[in-house]
Amino acid sequence: MSGKNSERAERKVSKRAKAAKIRGIMEQEGTAIETNTQGFNDGRYESVADLEDYEGLKDEARAIKEDAIARLPDLIDDLTAAVEDNGGTVYLAEDAAEANEYIESIVADADADSVAKSKSMTTEELEVNEHLEDASVDVVETDLGEWVLQVAEEAPSHLVAPAIHKSREEITTLFEERFDPDVPLETAEDLTKFAREQLADDIASADVGMTGANFLTADSGTMALVTSEGNARKTVASTDTHVAVAGVEKIVPSVEDLQPFIELIGRSGTGQDITSYVSLLTPPIDAPTFADEEFGDADARDFHLVLIDNGRMAMREDEDLRETLYCIRCSACANSCANFQQVGGHAFGGETYTGGIATGWEAGIGGEEAAEDFNDLCTGCSRCTEACPVKIDIPWVNTVVRDRLNRGADPDAFDHLVSGLTPDPEPAGLDLQKRFFGNFSTVAKLGSAFAPVSNWVAEAPPSRWLAETILGVDRRRDMPKFTRGTLRKWAKGRDSLADPDREVVLLADTYTNYMHVERGKATIRALEALGCEVHVADTSESGRAALSQGMIATAREHAESVADSLEPHVEAGRDVIVVEPSDLAMLRNDYERLLDAETFDRIATNSYEVLEYVYGLIENGADINALADGDGEEIAYHSHCQQRTLGLDAHTEAILDRLGFDLLTSEVECCGMAGSFGFKQQYYDVSMAVGDDLREQFTTPDTEDRTVVASGTSCHDQLTELLERSVTHPVEVIAPAE
Amino acid sequence: MPSTQAASLLERFVASLEEIDVAWSRTDANGFESTLESVLEEPAVGVPIPIDGASLPDTVETDLDPETVRAAATGVTPATIAVADYGSVLLESDANGSELASLFSETHVPVIREQDVVGTMADAFEDLGPLLRGDQGDVIVATGPSATSDMGALVTGVHGPTDVHVVIVEQ
Repeated sequence: MSGKNSERAERKVSKRAKAAKIRGIMEQEGTAIETNTQGFNDGRYESVADLEDYEGLKDEARAIKEDAIARLPDLIDDLTAAVEDNGGTVYLAEDAAEANEYIESIVADADADSVAKSKSMTTEELEVNEHLEDASVDVVETDLGEWVLQVAEEAPSHLVAPAIHKSREEITTLFEERFDPDVPLETAEDLTKFAREQLADDIASADVGMTGANFLTADSGTMALVTSEGNARKTVASTDTHVAVAGVEKIVPSVEDLQPFIELIGRSGTGQDITSYVSLLTPPIDAPTFADEEFGDADARDFHLVLIDNGRMAMREDEDLRETLYCIRCSACANSCANFQQVGGHAFGGETYTGGIATGWEAGIGGEEAAEDFNDLCTGCSRCTEACPVKIDIPWVNTVVRDRLNRGADPDAFDHLVSGLTPDPEPAGLDLQKRFFGNFSTVAKLGSAFAPVSNWVAEAPPSRWLAETILGVDRRRDMPKFTRGTLRKWAKGRDSLADPDREVVLLADTYTNYMHVERGKATIRALEALGCEVHVADTSESGRAALSQGMIATAREHAESVADSLEPHVEAGRDVIVVEPSDLAMLRNDYERLLDAETFDRIATNSYEVLEYVYGLIENGADINALADGDGEEIAYHSHCQQRTLGLDAHTEAILDRLGFDLLTSEVECCGMAGSFGFKQQYYDVSMAVGDDLREQFTTPDTEDRTVVASGTSCHDQLTELLERSVTHPVEVIAPAE
Repeated sequence: MPSTQAASLLERFVASLEEIDVAWSRTDANGFESTLESVLEEPAVGVPIPIDGASLPDTVETDLDPETVRAAATGVTPATIAVADYGSVLLESDANGSELASLFSETHVPVIREQDVVGTMADAFEDLGPLLRGDQGDVIVATGPSATSDMGALVTGVHGPTDVHVVIVEQ
């Protein structure tokens, strides 16, 4: 026992330490990060709206990447032939050490003692700068953001805007301390001018120019560099030896394949329709060289392409990590992420990469452990999936890596020892916090059976202390309230509808069945009023709770049991109604990963969110007057993150509007609770910071007296705490009275 | 090309330029020299414009060396294609030093034939594929001036030009 106890104590300390670390980063960098990322995210919405066929363009980009990664070995050969044909060289480095040694040898061959660099995350991954500096070569970063970090000796906090965490005032202080400039550096113009002048000399005197590459085309040996400052152009033009460093995944088959990416990358990232410069270089470039006082012949230019494997070819073989290789590092997943907007890449990132997709990159390059520190900051809210220009299922990548971390280095090591001793098929060493939240349906079942005693016990100070110490459930959160008597029991005692127009089956999720029973009752009343006979499925838990803890095997067991329970209903022609949006997202999306294709398809195509279904019934002739009259009641409505991704917020809004409610909707995409996330001790502060925008929006003079309505249970709990007002579900306001 | 479509392409192009605050002038070969004179500031550098009858004013230095290029207030270079949807001009590198004259000057003046304005980025790539594969060429898709937000607010004129003035030559 003592071993277990000390392990628990260690976890307690580390959860507390983690909370403190995140709080520190938020205090120092949070404001700048939030302003900048939210600005980028708003810009993305505006910019993609101008595209005639945004979805089509994303599909095209995705297809190109799928194809390119599938035949990557051939494309590497084609690219190598094309570059060599142009007079350049190609070196394929298996790992960082090989790449760095080779780059050092090029620099030595060029007899160079200084290198000008334009921004490249791949060189950050390799730590090229440190390697060259150890070899007494000066390296200067020419991207202004990277240069600021080089001067400050800090790591990038964002894929595209590396110094996004620094305010103008902080940069001024940094430059004044470091350079003691003659003129005051007060404005962004002053700072830019100062940096430009400093860097112009450095670039002019550099012997080697090093760039990354956003894309490489196998047919022509062309590299695309997406920039706005012009530093990449200047770095290449001003030096005779050009070294480009790029991961193998940057190769696309042809020049024409670049077009969708060029239209998407700036829009998706910083919300620019296109960056100032997209350099399409087929190096060595044709521009004359800077030879002292005269221009020299372009023939004197050398070009070396260094292709990096460093784990990528293995990622290509990994069914779940492969998608990461489609990433074009636009930063959309970071900017659209409610948690990233609060904490930035110094908390939500690994050694090199930041944001939601960082888990895939770090795990692929450095192993799962490299993602362990930040992986749980992805709550699976799914807002990034529609922002991603190549449609990577980023929450799934995070879930898979979480599952692998849960299982440790040897995935099957303990399973045979503990079968029967744990409530799930997960390994014995699984973090208790994850096991608790992942098996929440079991907790709910017991809690409901012993309510109200279980509620008193849960709220009692010793229980709260135990819950925080052992499970890491933050003491400041109100515990969920269980209801004595479940929805299923209530529904069983109800007379069936005489002469129904249709029959449906309600999947009463864990919350609806055991805790928020009222919204389940309202669902049944509303559907009955519109002519539906409502059956209630005999299972509750969709597997969402387990999936969000990375407990994939447990989630699959739940999915199979839900499928078994629903199939007879679907076969009988009944549509499946779901109240909780995160559970509908399971049925419509995640089950694709958990069930066979046919079963998934049958369930996914027949499942509906309750107000989506009400909307459909009314569109098809059901009488809206059978529902409650809004009568001008003032409502403040917050949709759910996954509901937004499913495109279902509009249905609820339309119904509330048609019924005559005076509707005001939140613009905040995520409440910050995200299932268990906001309950966890280490993330409570982030969760509340995310929720702060929502609190502000719903406490203005125009909103403070409105009835607050939310579609998700998490949103309900978070809003209740943020606003100290009661919160209800939309179906409860539209359902006719009993 | 039917004239109505050509007109609308030009309209779309200049509308995009205005959206990104890029100045433009439209002229024909005869008025080219005087248009340029009104646009450029000295010292000016440039490379020959491959448009019949369009010659550079004498004030534009075409015998380039590193010092004149670095000191240039204005750089005049040809653009191969313009993309109406984006206000982009496509700049090719060449032995004349077009890349250097367009990059180091404070104001870049790209010169584009009206008939070389295409509608979409996809249209531009129809020409770019053969160009990059065939001539092993280098093309910059340039849209507005050099810019950064890294210092806390949007600033134009970082490592490249602070201003861009597009000259469109009708034929």
